[in-house]
Amino acid sequence: MEIQSGSRLRNFHQAKWDEELIFELDTPGQRGLHVPEVEREIADTVGDGLSRIPASMRRATPPALPEVGQMRVLKHYLRLSQQNLGADLNVDIGQGTCTVKYNPKINERIAASPKARDIHPRQAESTVQGALRVMYELDLYLREISGLDRFSLQPSSGSDAILAMAAMTHKYHEVRGEADTRDELITTIFSHPSDAAAAAVKGYRIVTLYPDEQGMPDVEALKAAVSGRTAGLFITNPEDIGIFNPRIAEFTRIVHEVGGICGYDQANANGILGITRAREADFDLCFFNLHKTFGAPHGCGGPAAGAIGATKELADHLPVPLVGHESGRYYLDYDVPHSVGKVRGFYGAFPVILKSYAWVLSMGAEGLAEAARIAVLNNNYLLKKITEIDGASSPYSGGKRRIEQVRYSWQKLYEETGVDTHDVTRRLADFGFHLWQSHHPFVVPQPFTIEPTESYSRDELDEYLDGLRHVVQEARIEPQTVKRAPHNSVVHRIDDSGLDDPEKWAVTWRAFRKKHGERAGKIRG
Amino acid sequence: MADRQRVHPYIPNSVPEVKAEMLAEIGVDDIDDLYEDIPEELRFRGKLNIPDGMTSELELERHVENVLSRNQTCGETISFLGGGCYRHYVPAICNEISGRSEFLTAYAGEPYEDHGRFQALFEYQSLMGELLEMDVVNVPTYDWGQAASTSIRMASRITGRDTILIADTISPDRLAVIRTYCEPVTSIELVGHSPTTAGLDADDIKARLTDRVAGLYLENPTYLGTVEERGRAIGDALHANGSLLVVGVDPLGLGVLAPPSRYGADIACGDIQGLGNHTYFGGALGGFIATHDDERFVMEYPSRLFGICRTERAGEWGFGDVAYGRTSFAVREQGKEFVGTAAALYGISAAVYLSLMGPAGMRELGQHIVQKSQYAMKRLSELDGVRLRFDAFHFKEFVVDFSATGRTVAEINSALLAQGIFGGHDLGGEFAALEGCALYAVTEVTTREDIDRLTDALRAYLA
Repeated sequence: MEIQSGSRLRNFHQAKWDEELIFELDTPGQRGLHVPEVEREIADTVGDGLSRIPASMRRATPPALPEVGQMRVLKHYLRLSQQNLGADLNVDIGQGTCTVKYNPKINERIAASPKARDIHPRQAESTVQGALRVMYELDLYLREISGLDRFSLQPSSGSDAILAMAAMTHKYHEVRGEADTRDELITTIFSHPSDAAAAAVKGYRIVTLYPDEQGMPDVEALKAAVSGRTAGLFITNPEDIGIFNPRIAEFTRIVHEVGGICGYDQANANGILGITRAREADFDLCFFNLHKTFGAPHGCGGPAAGAIGATKELADHLPVPLVGHESGRYYLDYDVPHSVGKVRGFYGAFPVILKSYAWVLSMGAEGLAEAARIAVLNNNYLLKKITEIDGASSPYSGGKRRIEQVRYSWQKLYEETGVDTHDVTRRLADFGFHLWQSHHPFVVPQPFTIEPTESYSRDELDEYLDGLRHVVQEARIEPQTVKRAPHNSVVHRIDDSGLDDPEKWAVTWRAFRKKHGERAGKIRG
Repeated sequence: MADRQRVHPYIPNSVPEVKAEMLAEIGVDDIDDLYEDIPEELRFRGKLNIPDGMTSELELERHVENVLSRNQTCGETISFLGGGCYRHYVPAICNEISGRSEFLTAYAGEPYEDHGRFQALFEYQSLMGELLEMDVVNVPTYDWGQAASTSIRMASRITGRDTILIADTISPDRLAVIRTYCEPVTSIELVGHSPTTAGLDADDIKARLTDRVAGLYLENPTYLGTVEERGRAIGDALHANGSLLVVGVDPLGLGVLAPPSRYGADIACGDIQGLGNHTYFGGALGGFIATHDDERFVMEYPSRLFGICRTERAGEWGFGDVAYGRTSFAVREQGKEFVGTAAALYGISAAVYLSLMGPAGMRELGQHIVQKSQYAMKRLSELDGVRLRFDAFHFKEFVVDFSATGRTVAEINSALLAQGIFGGHDLGGEFAALEGCALYAVTEVTTREDIDRLTDALRAYLA
């Protein structure tokens, strides 16, 4: 279907280079890089070095890495980058729950400084005072934003922070001699899958609460779930469907009454910065995703950072080291009596921490709250406009406002046209947009989740809306165009039938060649 | 913020007129109305004690640069620090590619609009597969600690056994990560080592091999830099007991050292930081896990595994998730451990790095590091009272024993720091038997002059 006049939709086409695999570029003898030879005095002193390697530990055959000249390697990966969308180029509001906001370039420049990237974690504290100050001050800011008393920036991500919360909960009960009896961890189905999965890694049996008929977290279900076996509650709020649980303080009270610990998953904090905090809702623990809410980029899936905060009572269980400050000197603080130990090598994802620190400094207290308020404004603007599209709905709304994201449904569109949410996603790729569905299970049928953040202008939101409208209209007029999509993307419909078949799947090129033949890859030779 | 002149550059819809129009569309008077579901007692009405925003980029950059100026970098000094984070040369193209907007700011797109991300990470898996001579490699985990933890948990699930033996020459930092991740579900028993070679105590392993032992986790080279040459015999003993051999390995050495699969490892793991990533205060870690292409193993990975496919158009490559149903994304706590955002961008840097290096580059690098570390070991061992702690072949790192010098490692490092040298990491706090010892790391970035300056500075100080 042609783009309608008046539509903001772009006549987009993604770069398509038909780029080979790097292994297909192999030309024996070519070099991408030289390693310097050791100085002559060294060779004269110790010889070739290799003959000293014990025979059993010598590499018998060189690794079958491709041999490719430097410019061709550059070109290869540049082309792959062009075959990737990226938030900088996209109106990247279709990845709800992930807070894909603007990642300021100045923060990249700051983080690229040798003063940041060329320091080693085992240096004397006196030589890393700048890095320690960054970590200490970010801890202070996060204390303000959450109302809790101390933060560790060590966890590698939100999920790692959940693991840290589970370990701290376990330690808390262990100190009281109750670690063995308190073996249940409660969460809700609209909390991130890791609230259940990472807690299970620590050995907890998971109790999952489902919403009541209005879509609200169910207090009665919680009351029925708690007992002397309850170790704690890990809950995302606002939940992944975008609703703020107004009875959240009741949740924490009920869990506290049976002696459990309450951990607040603040992955969705972008709409509530400076508006409401873990402290007021009486949580013992909370965490923020620095690569989401705090402006650091997602890097195709990391590096990330999860900052975990605790009340005074729980702070003695935080991972070590924390960062302290005394008499003008910043130091690594290992004096945490009942620490859970470590959840990551060294001290945390420093580049992510540094970018988040710069982001908070740029925003300031007022800017943080303004970011939250505009994120909520943008989201409710989209909620109004999307639910006006015939075929889209926002289940569980019950007239409720949403905070920073909404889980919508294409169920009506699907029933009326046979076009499902995956088809819509693929068709939107033809216009340079990404649209994600939902974590599993799909409690909302034919789901899609949108989170506009504060970063995109109204014009851009309208452009995205025109994309949704176009696809919906197309689904009604020429559904095959949607179902056969993408048409303007890098690749056509992928034959993924072998991905679950051990006889066919191939996670590496060497596995592919073994299963599908030596020459299978030569596509233009 | 209501002031039109001060609309933050990152928040375009703060323009009062735009805000008003959007509110009118929604049908409310004030943004606060959109928060009506948050009860008043939960509203924060105070003021956050956070400085006013440095909304000018110039001001922000100046401030943060000033803060960071208190750091003294490894480039401004001579550094012999390692122990799990290394200063290797980072090729310019690694920075170029990992800094590309399309990769840097992408997240979780589909294999259609994010084809490049899938291909780059598939290539990462494949390049690591060649280095390790194993057919399955995951999308990066957080770091070596998590990779080792998951490898251990995988071994436990595959064998149905709950105890893991760990060679006690492991990095204590990493062991702490493993304990948090694996206990109490998996029991950990430490296996001793020879005080002269740091090699594994074979008798100790033998005594511990019961039908509850899922496997042995061994780092090779060890945290202390020594290379274990009896991997095959150790692996055979484990396999005879129905247990698995899990090996943590430094990929930078694999141009010259045998990969773990060659001496019987069932699972290999380690860190990719050194493959094209900077040290970043230990903040640029990324873990890898590799196995053979055995369904029993593949189905126990918690990680994303990107697989290659064909498309409906002849000649096109497509990509997708292999056996997605095993992940926590698919089935929450019923999945294998958990998966989420980890260190993908560092995987892309590593792919670029290995593509540039090729087999010849990796061999040259390995040889360079071996020669240079041997030179450093020789020079230091010539100093009075200074000796090498272990009699073994070392790669990249070695333990220097200063206990006969009458000086503590702290005193020595303080004196070296005054000369602009970061001396080796003090092992005294980590291993009781290594009081007075320091872990020195030498890479291709270290020059002969650096080593000679270190030697001269030590000679002068210890005299």
